[in-house]
Amino acid sequence: MIKAVMVINTFGKPRLSKFYEFQPVEKQQELIRHVYAVLSNRPDNVSNFIRSLGAIFSPDTRLVYKHYATLYFVFLFDNSENELAMLDLIQAVFVETLDKCFRSVCELDVVFNYSKMHIILDEIILGGQVLETDSVEVVRAVEEISKLESTTSAGTLINKSIPSWWAR
Amino acid sequence: MAGSSLLDSLFQRSLEDLIKGLRLFVGDESSFISKAVDEIRREIKSTDQQTKANALQKLTYLHSIHGVDMSWAAFHAIELSSSQSFNFKRIAYLAASLSFDPSTTDVILLLTHQLRKDLQSPNSHEVSLALHALYFISTPDLARDLTPEVFTLLNSNKGSTRKKAIAIILRLFELYPDAVRVCFKRLVENLENSDPAIVSAVVGVFCELACKEPKSYLPLAPEFYKILADSRNNWLLIKVLKIFVKLAPLEPRLGKKLVEPICDHLKKTGAKSLAFECVRTIVSSFSEYDSAVRLAVEKIKEFLNEDDPNLKYLGLQALTIVAPKHLWAVMENKDFVIKSLSDADANIKLEALQLVLSMVYEDNVVDICKVLINYALKSDPEFCNEILGCILLTCSRNVYEIIVDFDWYVSLLGEMSRIPHCQKGEEIENQLVDIGMRVKDARPELVRVGRDLLIDPALLGNPFVHRILSAAAWVSGEYVRFSKNPSEIVEALLQPRTSLLPSSIKAVYIQSAFKVLTFYLHFSISTKGVISSASQGVADLMHGRVPENSQFVRTGPVADSDTDDGGLNPRMLHRSVRDVSVESFEDMSVAHEWLSSTSSKAEPITEESILNILDLVEITLGPLAGSHEVEILERSRNVLGLVELIREELPGFLVKREEDNDKGQKKTHEMIKLIAEAFSEELGPVSASSQERVTIPEGIVLNQSLDDLDAICGDLGLHIPTSFSLGKSISSEKNDVTMSDQQSKEEFESTESMSLLAEHRKRHGLYYLQSQKKEMVYDDYPPANDLKTGDNADDLIKLTEQSLFSKKKVNQAKPRPVVVKLDDGDGTFIPAKKVESKDDLISGAVRDVLLGDEATTSSSRTRKSDKSSSKRREKDKLDIDKSSGPKEDSKMMENSEQDNANLRRSKRHSRGKEKKHRSTAKDRDEHEEGDKQKVSHHHGKHKSRQRADGALTLAAQSPVIPDFLL
Repeated sequence: MIKAVMVINTFGKPRLSKFYEFQPVEKQQELIRHVYAVLSNRPDNVSNFIRSLGAIFSPDTRLVYKHYATLYFVFLFDNSENELAMLDLIQAVFVETLDKCFRSVCELDVVFNYSKMHIILDEIILGGQVLETDSVEVVRAVEEISKLESTTSAGTLINKSIPSWWAR
Repeated sequence: MAGSSLLDSLFQRSLEDLIKGLRLFVGDESSFISKAVDEIRREIKSTDQQTKANALQKLTYLHSIHGVDMSWAAFHAIELSSSQSFNFKRIAYLAASLSFDPSTTDVILLLTHQLRKDLQSPNSHEVSLALHALYFISTPDLARDLTPEVFTLLNSNKGSTRKKAIAIILRLFELYPDAVRVCFKRLVENLENSDPAIVSAVVGVFCELACKEPKSYLPLAPEFYKILADSRNNWLLIKVLKIFVKLAPLEPRLGKKLVEPICDHLKKTGAKSLAFECVRTIVSSFSEYDSAVRLAVEKIKEFLNEDDPNLKYLGLQALTIVAPKHLWAVMENKDFVIKSLSDADANIKLEALQLVLSMVYEDNVVDICKVLINYALKSDPEFCNEILGCILLTCSRNVYEIIVDFDWYVSLLGEMSRIPHCQKGEEIENQLVDIGMRVKDARPELVRVGRDLLIDPALLGNPFVHRILSAAAWVSGEYVRFSKNPSEIVEALLQPRTSLLPSSIKAVYIQSAFKVLTFYLHFSISTKGVISSASQGVADLMHGRVPENSQFVRTGPVADSDTDDGGLNPRMLHRSVRDVSVESFEDMSVAHEWLSSTSSKAEPITEESILNILDLVEITLGPLAGSHEVEILERSRNVLGLVELIREELPGFLVKREEDNDKGQKKTHEMIKLIAEAFSEELGPVSASSQERVTIPEGIVLNQSLDDLDAICGDLGLHIPTSFSLGKSISSEKNDVTMSDQQSKEEFESTESMSLLAEHRKRHGLYYLQSQKKEMVYDDYPPANDLKTGDNADDLIKLTEQSLFSKKKVNQAKPRPVVVKLDDGDGTFIPAKKVESKDDLISGAVRDVLLGDEATTSSSRTRKSDKSSSKRREKDKLDIDKSSGPKEDSKMMENSEQDNANLRRSKRHSRGKEKKHRSTAKDRDEHEEGDKQKVSHHHGKHKSRQRADGALTLAAQSPVIPDFLL
């Protein structure tokens, strides 16, 4: 199963993290830092897998990551997943869906659409199991949810508009 | 109140504002965050749902990105989850899934009702929210209470909902194994769904289940086979292959069936992921099918030749798996592997290193190690240590199985210690000491390597080498009789820079210095007679002329130092050492040997040289006698005591031997002899488990409280003889206590300890390795445990030994020396652990459902129901609860006989059906595994009857389920 999904930027700031096995929040931060430390030491153009992660992960944990511009997309999983399939999941499913949802995604999209990121991720993975690998399907579901949200929470309209100019 | 909340909601910062603020904020981020959290704490109490939701969303963000604690907000999340708004509900459930800890968040139970409501919602997205939350927060209680709802969802007509329910099942099984009884059947039915996404979800669940306990899912093999043969969905196929990897070792017949479709996929597929999975499956589970392996190796070669480093890496990884059984596959790609050692990618380098070492055997170990050491010298520190670690591991495997030339290996260890980045001190230390104890023939070389390390003052500055130096010191002390120049070693052990060593290693140094000093003195006493009596003195010996001394004649050939190039002929040295038993250590031969081997270089021992050494010892160790470290203090006092003793008689220490001989030797000489004898006692490896074999004597309670130890010791303290400490003896000299008294006491003590040791050996002989006499039988060492003869394991070792020998090159320079082994395995002793985990419960339940095993059903159920009933709250009871109650158990027991009869009948019935079935659908049955394995998914009749039953009650189910699956 997939154990965790992380999106970390190249300065080590987490942008999204989801752990499919409960971890206390301090441990989460530690794991993210550790993963970043491992990744930031790797040159480009090398393989995207990391097998020996150190003692804080259980021994069968593997890691697949993909480096896009300023972001690392990281999937941690155990040996009941295929490494290349996970890489595909990052490239052809997760990032492609993000691309479709945000029209060529960049780090700012990920930063400011925190909850939408979770919606997208939840459509692809449930409980560490990959459930949807077709990005078209994912986009459709995400759009449905967005529509549902805008109809049920009319109140947000006013509320949202005020602070946005107020904050400027 | 209302006013303030309105204000709050009007001027509340949204998540976006918070993020913007954080980005613009310069300075200490944590102060900004703590201010934001204060704000949230205020807002979240608001009665306005919008405000609350907004606050909760911000908090969730801070929690998951900045690690802010939000356990205090658990109740607010639960409150918000009941909101009508989908948006708020989603925020609430997201907060719950990211922050709730199922084991400590006690408010989770309050969510039960809301989750149930949402699971039954007509809106599939709401159901999805609830399922996600359920995965993250479910506790055993929650799993139990919501199993019926999830069970219903397994039949949902919305595909997306159904597959999510399937995925969540895994969690329910883990937390509440009884859910298996309810849901398993429906789960299996979903395998035949036409929607590949749903099948994929089910297979995913089975893949996880099979990882934990594959045996229970063997009956489902035909179903999985069908998917493997028919499906074109790569994700699905990968998962099915994963399952088969787990099942294959349990059922050998699976291989024959599976190899063909797997090879088909391998040939046809364009997807690298599936191709790799096929390769991995073949090489790891079906490596006995040569054609398949060949195909897989072809594919691996393709991978290796790709430009993509990922594929290269995976290709090497697959080679690593295939290596133990088909070394030819690695050999074919040897050049690539060696080349990869210098790849830019650390993964590839590591994998290549593993492969290189898999190619090592006794003929090429020297060459490969040379290549690897060269790579290590060139690599970055990390990879360098990786290489060194791998060499150490490979060479020491199975008690140095592949090492023939130990002299080479020992000097390799010495070489490794000098590699600048080397951090493997501990491992090298262990091996140096271990080889010293196990391989007698390697000792001269060990001493030489140890000496080289010890006399190099530069090494003392490198903390990573300290452990190695400790081993070198120990070896030099223990096997000092092979040393060419003991005085040099004493100097090395006492050099000023040893102050850089940690105290534990310093203590080893001092103890070794003690041993060397003792040997040196003992040697000087025992040879001086010869030297002084022979008129020509040392010069004679240097030319190999044999003085008229009976003992010398006996060892004449050894003393022939004309041909001896500095005693570097360990074989010769060894042979004569072996002849010398412990008792006759004082025998001149050893000394002569030493002299003969060193005479060409070492200066003769004179009183002056002894005096110099004694001075050195006193100057260096004098200050340490007051050390705060007990080990150092004790040991240096020992040495100083000895020095003091000798100084007493120093003028004429060596010359008076002739007259002493008449009235017995000098007391000092006697003592030195005794100490030297004690040190010459052979040390052997001890099995890690030997302590376990010591029977506890009667009357000893090991667990007794030691609280009153102080009182007892206090009493004893009065009776402890004071002469025990050597420190005392130094001072007592001044107090006019005669030396002879002192000596006789010590003499008594040392003989007593010797006899005690001997007695102990006699009694517990089996925990020691056999003594030297037995070892004289070359190459045919008996097992350490004499009581057990004809040990199978030992025979095996011998057999492998023989086969290894036969493989050896003819031009082998010398035979492999004896390596002492323990008969019960040298690995660390791991006590067998008995694990009663939840997996057992799941698989037990699965087996019950699949096979209808009545006996285990009732027993496991009693166990479980005891557990769960104690936890259970007297709330609305579900059907499952009732059925698993203890009352039901007794009923089950009563009925079990009847059930069994039913079962038998139904079996016969179904077999009959199968026959009929086979005649009608032959092609389909070809895939079947045979009667035993048959899972009757074909039995539509039974299935439909089952479905018609509908009710969840177990009492009704258990007798029927076997029909369904057998």
